[in-house]
Amino acid sequence: MSELFTLVVELEDKPGQLLKVLEPIARNGGNIVGIVHQRGKKTPLSRVPVEISFTADPKKAERIFEELQKEVVVRAFGKIRTATVSLLLIGHIIHTDLSDTIRRIDSSEAECVELNATMPEINQPSTAMMTISAKSDEALERALERVREICKEKGIMVIEPVNEI
Amino acid sequence: MIKIAIIGFGTVGQGVAELLARKRDEIEKKIGRFKVVAVADLTGAMTGEFRLEEAIEHRRKGGLPEKKSAMEIAENEDYDVMIEVTTTRLDEEGIAYMKVALERGASVITSNKSIAVALMDLLRLAERKNVKLLYEATVGGAMPVIKLLNSYLAFCEIRSLKGILNGTCNYILTRMEEEGLPYNQVLSEAQEMGIAEANPTADVEGIDAAIKLVILANTIGYPAKFEDVKREGITKITPQAFKVAMQKGYTIRLIAEASKKSLRVSPRLVKLNSLLAIKGTLNALMIQTDTAGEIFVAGRGAGKYETASAILSDLYELYRDR
Repeated sequence: MSELFTLVVELEDKPGQLLKVLEPIARNGGNIVGIVHQRGKKTPLSRVPVEISFTADPKKAERIFEELQKEVVVRAFGKIRTATVSLLLIGHIIHTDLSDTIRRIDSSEAECVELNATMPEINQPSTAMMTISAKSDEALERALERVREICKEKGIMVIEPVNEI
Repeated sequence: MIKIAIIGFGTVGQGVAELLARKRDEIEKKIGRFKVVAVADLTGAMTGEFRLEEAIEHRRKGGLPEKKSAMEIAENEDYDVMIEVTTTRLDEEGIAYMKVALERGASVITSNKSIAVALMDLLRLAERKNVKLLYEATVGGAMPVIKLLNSYLAFCEIRSLKGILNGTCNYILTRMEEEGLPYNQVLSEAQEMGIAEANPTADVEGIDAAIKLVILANTIGYPAKFEDVKREGITKITPQAFKVAMQKGYTIRLIAEASKKSLRVSPRLVKLNSLLAIKGTLNALMIQTDTAGEIFVAGRGAGKYETASAILSDLYELYRDR
């Protein structure tokens, strides 16, 4: 299943440069969705940042990334996440196998991107702010449902945000 | 002449009687002349010719003088509207009085949250008898929410309701947020101040808020029952939780939410600059509509005169067109 990726490369401002980037994407079956030249943000070396979004199979996207690094300066590369939510967890978060919790939340469409935990005293419940990003609102809702289930099973309280209007 | 029977003569009942006496001229200017023909509670009753001040005096000295039960009053007195302000016990005693009144063709104004278990039935009964059941005082105290939803937003689709419907919880959470104190300490402080009851379960476990949410949900047309509400209280919230939340610009409030997808009362993260991040014992309700955008109300969710003022607003609603 192909996913949406974004990458920012720095290109010299002369003919033919963009082709160096597009060729590996095309060869690996990527489909270009958008190209934005950030001419206003030229680097001190007079390179132009170019943002390219494309869809591709995640494994092929990795290969595209590797190939591109040999050709040009790649400033950023990543999956596009459109929906994000922050949750507060209270309970024995660490001692109920935190890595298992995160592994079960993560999926091809959503993942835990940030975790900020405080542990007051031994045997006392700890608190963590967890941020989850997903490809779409629906994917986020599915991830949230997984969090609710896992935390219920592990006796962790989940405090969800009120939807901001 | 509007004939009123007051059933239940505790704090709220006496508050209503006091306001009826104190504001008689203003009230009569708007709705016409009225007379309280009977008051009754567990201590007794008072009927016939009497002044409201006398009834209050009797009640303060121990009890109402006539040995008639509230049910006898409900069944036998001649009244146009029953103000039913007995305490919420969910044992359907209050509902029994209301049913008698409605069956007899009298309207009912109530502050009794017990109606949550039978709201649709009571409303249908009222409709059949061509009378009204008004219950502004059951949710949010002085804050006008029921009539707001029913009348002023009558042609709006209500997409969601998000509210702070329990002042006790909001007080406790506010203190925890501001002082970094643990839950138990703030709870005992609230109990000493009379903000929390000796047995705080109904408040801190979100039961009270859930009952009010059921009333609101039914008001906007979701036939919800108490058991349908997903409920989680505030007892497990720690001062650290506030600290961590604060770093991301959030605080924590007990939010009652009703929408097509969800019916729940639970602690939620609320942006510090959100209208719902209100402090102290205040109540609030955010209404999301299709055509009127968002509407926000806040006010005092409890109190003798606050609740009585909501009862009077229903009295006005009932007789404004006369």
